[in-house]
Amino acid sequence: MSDAPSYLTADNRLRSWFLTTDHKRVAILYFATITLFFFVGGAAATVIRLELMTPQGDLVTSDVYNRMFTMHGVVMVWFFLIPSIPATLGNFVVPLMIGARDLAFPRLNLLSWYLFLIGGLTTLYAVFVGGIDTGWTFYTPFSTMYSNSHVVLAVTGVFIAGFSSILTGLNFIVTIHRLRAPGLTWYRLPLFLWSLYATAVILVLATPVLAMTLLLVALDRFAGIGIFDPAKGGDPLLFQHLFWFYSHPAVYIMILPGMGVVSELISCFSRKPIFGYKFVAWSAIAIAVAGFFVWGHHMFVSGQSVFAGLVFSFMSFIVAVPSAIKVFNWTATLHKGWIRFDAPMLYALAFIGLFTTGGLTGLFLACLAYDVYVTDTYFVVAHFHYIMVGGMVTAYFGGLHYWWPKITGRMYPEYWARAAAILIFFGFNMTFFPQFVLGVLGMPRRYHVYLPEFQVWHVMSSFGASILAVAYLLPLLYLGWSLFFGRRAPANPWGATGLEWQTPSPPPTYNFETTPSVTRRPYDYSVSGQAHAQNA
Amino acid sequence: MGRWIPLWLPGETSHARAVDVLLVGLLISTLLVLTLLFYLLLRFAIHYRAGNVAANRDHRIRKSWYLEATWTVATMVAFLVLFVWGARLYLNLYDVPKDALPIYIVAKQWMWQAQHVGGQREINEVHVPVGRTVRLIMSSKDVIHSFFIPAFRVKHDVLPGRAEGIWFEPERAGVFHLFCAEYCGTDHSRMMGRIVVMSQPAFEQWLARQDTDGTLAAQGEKLFRQFGCSGCHTAGAAVRAPLLDGLYGKAVPLADGTMETADERYLRDSILQPRSQIAAGYEPLMPSFAGRISEGELIAIVAYIKSLGATGRQP
Repeated sequence: MSDAPSYLTADNRLRSWFLTTDHKRVAILYFATITLFFFVGGAAATVIRLELMTPQGDLVTSDVYNRMFTMHGVVMVWFFLIPSIPATLGNFVVPLMIGARDLAFPRLNLLSWYLFLIGGLTTLYAVFVGGIDTGWTFYTPFSTMYSNSHVVLAVTGVFIAGFSSILTGLNFIVTIHRLRAPGLTWYRLPLFLWSLYATAVILVLATPVLAMTLLLVALDRFAGIGIFDPAKGGDPLLFQHLFWFYSHPAVYIMILPGMGVVSELISCFSRKPIFGYKFVAWSAIAIAVAGFFVWGHHMFVSGQSVFAGLVFSFMSFIVAVPSAIKVFNWTATLHKGWIRFDAPMLYALAFIGLFTTGGLTGLFLACLAYDVYVTDTYFVVAHFHYIMVGGMVTAYFGGLHYWWPKITGRMYPEYWARAAAILIFFGFNMTFFPQFVLGVLGMPRRYHVYLPEFQVWHVMSSFGASILAVAYLLPLLYLGWSLFFGRRAPANPWGATGLEWQTPSPPPTYNFETTPSVTRRPYDYSVSGQAHAQNA
Repeated sequence: MGRWIPLWLPGETSHARAVDVLLVGLLISTLLVLTLLFYLLLRFAIHYRAGNVAANRDHRIRKSWYLEATWTVATMVAFLVLFVWGARLYLNLYDVPKDALPIYIVAKQWMWQAQHVGGQREINEVHVPVGRTVRLIMSSKDVIHSFFIPAFRVKHDVLPGRAEGIWFEPERAGVFHLFCAEYCGTDHSRMMGRIVVMSQPAFEQWLARQDTDGTLAAQGEKLFRQFGCSGCHTAGAAVRAPLLDGLYGKAVPLADGTMETADERYLRDSILQPRSQIAAGYEPLMPSFAGRISEGELIAIVAYIKSLGATGRQP
């Protein structure tokens, strides 16, 4: 091992951080930013859950409530979930996993963080000067003609952040194509990279459509071009088609990276090669492709044609198949393993349970006649939180704990981490399971006041949310503590096989002293915990 | 317990009960998968935990394609069944029974206005008779709303500039919730109402008690003259325009060679965007009335044109 200073200590001036082109430092910048946004979005959720303790609107006014759920959605989707795993963990480990010194375009990588920051601050500014009340979906003609809030400002923020997504996507695609170490063939790539590759393709192909759509909203508001205004021959439904053409694939942007992390964790902590490597790898690609043809399932009651409804319903069932394949393969990987229950593994197991529940309830919504009943109710709210929070956020925490020693050079306190993982699991279910029941009882979403008969389930949900809030604060505390007082981490604390573990923790600025040459498939674990590094 | 912790909302129509059976089907398939999955996760986690040397382990990679093929095909077959099941019930919703009683709904921020064929109006309440198919023809004055009756398991978005329809057949007298399900601004959550289902005689009495300005068709006839429609669309008018007698429900040949059924949506679109559907053999002369005619007036005129049935006028 070399004596080169780590990327953290190489140059401590502030300027060297803000002008860095080191993918690891950019990852840290992203990490700090999205953590901030996570707690901003969480604060909005807190107001929502407090308000819904009672059926009357007694804590805030309807206008404030509407601004809260809009801010919660906008911030969590665009400024936390979409960048979460790719821009932090992905940014950090992609070059390390493929044996490269950096991403293909290091300066573009820094630019994408600045764009993200500017976009995020613009949106936050919109919140501070009065907020936006359209819901994160910006449905027209409400957003274009009727809302009196800061729609254009908020939309501009999302528009700018979109370019950051596109640049990150481009960077990952080129990096994975061009910078793989000698011997690292596609079928030797860790599955996290297959997932990020699929994610990057969606980022590049779908995000421009969002940008265009938001531009049209702004033009309609400013100049009254009327493209979504029926009085001028426009069509409000056109907006929904354009929006969901981006936003449904965006759901896969938000879950594919999580699936990639879980593939890494399951294999490492059961000390077994992943079961059905090629099936797991190609199912990520299948999800990315099929995900572009299901957007109309958000519109079964919108007035789109019955034929379109049938096609989109069918495609929505089809896109669920590769997800099911992944779940089966993860489970089969555990069979005959040597399973350890470190915190990352607890998160991975929680992911499988919560994601599967979210996925199966997605079938209820793909199923036409049942969707007519529960769409726009709390059933939908519960469903996508099981995927986004139960799935993606859980995987994010799993990956964060797994790579924490590599990123910081310190171990986190294991028992605190396990306690937090378990608390998150219970708090999450207690928050969102009652919302399935509310949906089946027919309670619409985005309701500030509601009928008293729904109260008991809302109280349960709010109670769960308070547990969840504490559980999410815990990692902030003990991970922060470990930065200064944690045990020093060895290069490979988990005995894992990936290239990222073959360099010191934290890695030197140039990652590897000599470019590793890859001789093995990933996940080469043998009985009772032996592991063969990919370059061994 | 049901009183304090509501667990179930009974379905009140035959469609609603069919949707509930579908829910049972979905729940059973979901629970089967989840039970199997959680059983395997738990069993593997316990049996193959690190340190349990009693477990039989073998890391050789085996051909896995037959397992992969089995669970992929099984998943697809199950999904196909659920797809067909849900799709059949969905098609049902768009297959409106003949002789349905039309009621016109206009949504606006933040209320529901209903108008009956006889001209009776109500706000945030819709009175309907038991045992009769009711068809709602809905449009919005401003943003997108969504008309949702949980007990009937029906919901449909209500859009500006478009007529959208749903139908249901209530089976027993009672009062049921009506919600707006599409977020529509400040008082979205207060845009609630009641569906009042009454026996047929009680419904007739209720209709008779309401004040009206004449039937909807009669109001429409007045407007038909006021807006100048009658200047062209009558026999012997100076400008040659299609006559509207007996038009409703017929197939109309269009100038672009296609056929279109003259339903409510066709009539509305022809008034608001006349150039989009030119009847074959006529000059595209008619001006658009978009922006000049209110939702309520549009409904009345459409009701009037409907009343010009082939067999002569009927209310």
